[in-house]
Amino acid sequence: MLEVKDLVVAYGKVRAVKGISFRVPQGQVVSLLGTNGAGKTTTLRTISGLLRPESGEVWFEGQRIDRVPAHKVVQLGLAHSPEGRRIFPRLSVEDNLMLGAFARKDAAGIAKDLQRVFALFEILKERRSQPAGTFSGGEQQMLAIGRAMMSRPRLLMLDEPSMGLSPLMMQKIMGTIAELQSEGVTILLVEQNAAAALELSDHAYVLEVGNITLDGTGRQLLDDDRVKRAYLGES
Amino acid sequence: MTFLDPLINGLSLGSLYALIAVGYTVVYGIVQLINFAHGEIFMVGAFGALSTWIVLGQASANLSWWMLPLMLVGGMVVGVTVAVLMERFAYRPLRHAPRLAPLITAIGISVFLQEFVRLFYGAIPGFPDAKAAVVFPQIEFFTGPAIEFGGAVIQRATFFTLGALAVSWAFLWFFVNKTKIGRAMLATSQDPDTARLMGIDVNRIITIAFAVGAALAAIAGTAHGLRYGNIDFKMGFLAGLKAFTAAVLGGIGNINGAVVGGLVLGVVESLATVYVPGQFGGAAWKDVWAFVLLIIVLVFRPQGIMGAKVVDRA
Ligand SMILES: Nc1ncnc2c1ncn2[C@@H]1O[C@H](COP(=O)(O)OP(=O)(O)O)[C@@H](O)[C@H]1O
Ligand SMILES: [Mg+2]
Repeated sequence: MLEVKDLVVAYGKVRAVKGISFRVPQGQVVSLLGTNGAGKTTTLRTISGLLRPESGEVWFEGQRIDRVPAHKVVQLGLAHSPEGRRIFPRLSVEDNLMLGAFARKDAAGIAKDLQRVFALFEILKERRSQPAGTFSGGEQQMLAIGRAMMSRPRLLMLDEPSMGLSPLMMQKIMGTIAELQSEGVTILLVEQNAAAALELSDHAYVLEVGNITLDGTGRQLLDDDRVKRAYLGES
Repeated sequence: MTFLDPLINGLSLGSLYALIAVGYTVVYGIVQLINFAHGEIFMVGAFGALSTWIVLGQASANLSWWMLPLMLVGGMVVGVTVAVLMERFAYRPLRHAPRLAPLITAIGISVFLQEFVRLFYGAIPGFPDAKAAVVFPQIEFFTGPAIEFGGAVIQRATFFTLGALAVSWAFLWFFVNKTKIGRAMLATSQDPDTARLMGIDVNRIITIAFAVGAALAAIAGTAHGLRYGNIDFKMGFLAGLKAFTAAVLGGIGNINGAVVGGLVLGVVESLATVYVPGQFGGAAWKDVWAFVLLIIVLVFRPQGIMGAKVVDRA
């Protein structure tokens, strides 16, 4: 469904992503793991069109998208919930969600998806007219995921959805990801919490300073000694 | 003369500043750019309105009230066109340049537009020479005898100016808060990258911001023509500078702030001209008060009257 080939992305002269290739097959949850500064966020921002790669290709459902501007990429069915949630703090919850559907014209479908998000996250429904900036981190994360869902994506990219959340809230978010997958949404997940991400993942890639150094199924990586030492905090 | 006269005069003057100030603030709110050439949009808007009258009404000396809406539309078309071209060809290529670059560009655009009007306006067949002030058509309904109203003498142009601000403000409120594009503008001003992830074409939003500001500036230009009876190619400079002051005064980036800032500035200027005694009083010091007020606000409330703290904006 998504294929990244030899992707190189640089900020000025500094290369943050140094020629990585990976694929996200339809219906799967695929994770990108790696320490801070490995290039995970840069990779997602390039896929969604916020950054232009220096070289390499990004293909989505048979179409090359690495020169497509960001506002058009989302219309192709590829949504990106950015790192740090990035909700619009001075807009209401409902306005935030409706912006997720900005490019859509099907009013009936939008209304239906809004109800679906509200069913998934009841708190959003209760507080639909409150400014989103007054929410806790966990609630903002639900809003960010809900907002990305409102574009009705076939592929959803989530950048560190569990960052700064309580263990309970994190479980809820991970549960949501599994639920979305069961509804047929393909997911590309970036996580610092490797254990939780690997439990969910059909496949995972480990990124180290701009290069993919390891990949395998979630299970394989959970059992891999190097992964255990570097990312799961075991010795 | 009562206290009401300078107050109403100040509100009328302030409405002009407010209409122009909105353009600074809307553009700044979205691209963090101070469009210092915006005052010239006010000027070309006024000339656009005048040109419309010359084409449609001059031959028959038509000064009926319904010429004014036509002139307003003409002024807005000219103002919006110039502003959109300015954004597209002068500012957009500099979007990621150091802040000094758009500032220098703005000075260049200003000089170009002023000189263009000064040198070429009269060269169009049937158009008056614009090297000095040009007479603006006095549409009778809006410039006829002043009206006595509760002890104050109110010029008709004042009614028009205040009405224009009220209508524009209402329109703007509706546009920003109740339309999809308006909400996209709010989203873009809060977080442009994330707005793009929502499917919002940020370039289009920026164009719309320039266009909205230009439409209001053109209305102000027309109101200025009615109020003073003439317009000139230099009129954008001081008006633009004061309107910018009004935008900062109200809190740059905040639309309501620009309106309030404009009105406050107009009233302060008008009252100070009348009531400050002695050497500093009178019309000679008229243009100083705006900047005195600006300095006071910048020292004691740098975010402006209605501006949010910078932390809140980040
Ligand atoms: N806007 C930027 N400008 C310059 N360098 C950046 C920028 N964003 C990230 N980087 C650098 O690129 C590298 C990868 O960053 P990032 O993609 O954010 O990593 P991750 O998401 O894996 O933590 C880091 O070295 C970081 O310092
Ligand atoms: Mg990151």
